[in-house]
Amino acid sequence: MAVGKEIRTKVKSVQNTQKITRAMEMVAASKMRKAQDRMAASRPYADKIRNVIKHLAHAHPEYQHSYLQERDVKRVGFIVVSSDRGLCGGLNANLFRTCIGSLKEWDTKSVEIDICTIGGKAAGFFKRVGGNVVAEASQLGDAPAINDLIGTVKVMLDAFDSGKIDRLYVVYNEFVSTMVQDPQVEQLLPIQADSEEGYAHQWDYLYEPEAKEVLTDLLTRYVESLVYQAVVENIASEQSARMVAMKAASDNAGDLIDELNLAYNKARQAAITQEISEIVSGAAAV
Amino acid sequence: MAMTMHVDVVSAEEAIFSGPAKMLFAPGVMGDLGIMPRHAPLLTRIKPGEVRILTPDDEEQFYYVSGGMLEIQPEAVTILADTAIRAKDIDEAAALEAKERAEKALADRSGEIDYATTEAELAEALAQLQAIQRLKKKLGR
Repeated sequence: MAVGKEIRTKVKSVQNTQKITRAMEMVAASKMRKAQDRMAASRPYADKIRNVIKHLAHAHPEYQHSYLQERDVKRVGFIVVSSDRGLCGGLNANLFRTCIGSLKEWDTKSVEIDICTIGGKAAGFFKRVGGNVVAEASQLGDAPAINDLIGTVKVMLDAFDSGKIDRLYVVYNEFVSTMVQDPQVEQLLPIQADSEEGYAHQWDYLYEPEAKEVLTDLLTRYVESLVYQAVVENIASEQSARMVAMKAASDNAGDLIDELNLAYNKARQAAITQEISEIVSGAAAV
Repeated sequence: MAMTMHVDVVSAEEAIFSGPAKMLFAPGVMGDLGIMPRHAPLLTRIKPGEVRILTPDDEEQFYYVSGGMLEIQPEAVTILADTAIRAKDIDEAAALEAKERAEKALADRSGEIDYATTEAELAEALAQLQAIQRLKKKLGR
């Protein structure tokens, strides 16, 4: 009997969708774990450099590298880190909202803005809304290499060196927990050295070859490692957001299937009841 | 007991070595360095090459680094290893590439109807479907 054939096919199709979302959820969960490991692995490097910089700030107060000096802001640079793929809830939308917020702030102060995008979504977004995009990197995959970022970061560092931009920010999603990802705007340049006391006596490094060269190398690597960390952290955020979004989708599909099944059974019952009453009334007529 | 110092070898992508050592050899840009505990503070660049660490139980450990920075303090040595060989012109090329990508992306606004729009459309279609289903069900009752 053809009762509720449409409903049957609908249930099938929702079930198929549910299978897909459930698979995506599981894939995202395992990728998230790996991304978290990578996040932890990249931390010591930045920590070590930060230590060295702290020592430097103490040991060498008379020498000031341009990366450590504040200057008047006429133009700022933004590195916007997004995911390459969608289907991860409101992750990128929230990030862009935060980003636009701080872009606007600079805009009202009539400061010009250069943007550098990492990840396909950011590139697409600024293509739509406009913006002075000077460099781009995308399709970094789940395990980005720092090499893929060097070029992009260098464009911004060069701009800073030549005085084109006076400040550099990075925008990314901070991984707080599986459920919470927090869009962050962080200042990269000039580097904000923490002025921590606690060194009893003055000492300085020996530099080979020269202080300036060594410092430039060191600070460049520091900025690169911070951007790398932002990218890795954003990937962890992306995967956890996707996991949560896909879980919600699977659950919704389950609810939908239940509702459809109920409707189907009701229709079937109604059809049977009607048939019986037809038969009964037919028999009574005879 | 022989004097030891703490050695850390880290790259931006992972921590490679961490532990005590009696001596360490590294290829500095100005020449190879052999470092023992209580060395004067030193900051230098290192060339691509081999880092050799002599652990307290007289074992030697070898690591290849493709350049990086070396920081020495009396009690601790840190090697900030690069993950790839760095040279000015290679970096320059990478920077140019990044710029080109941005320009290209701006140039073909229409090209490769992006994944994002298609996805949004798909989501919309799904939402519509759902709404239709709800409506059907209500009418069916």
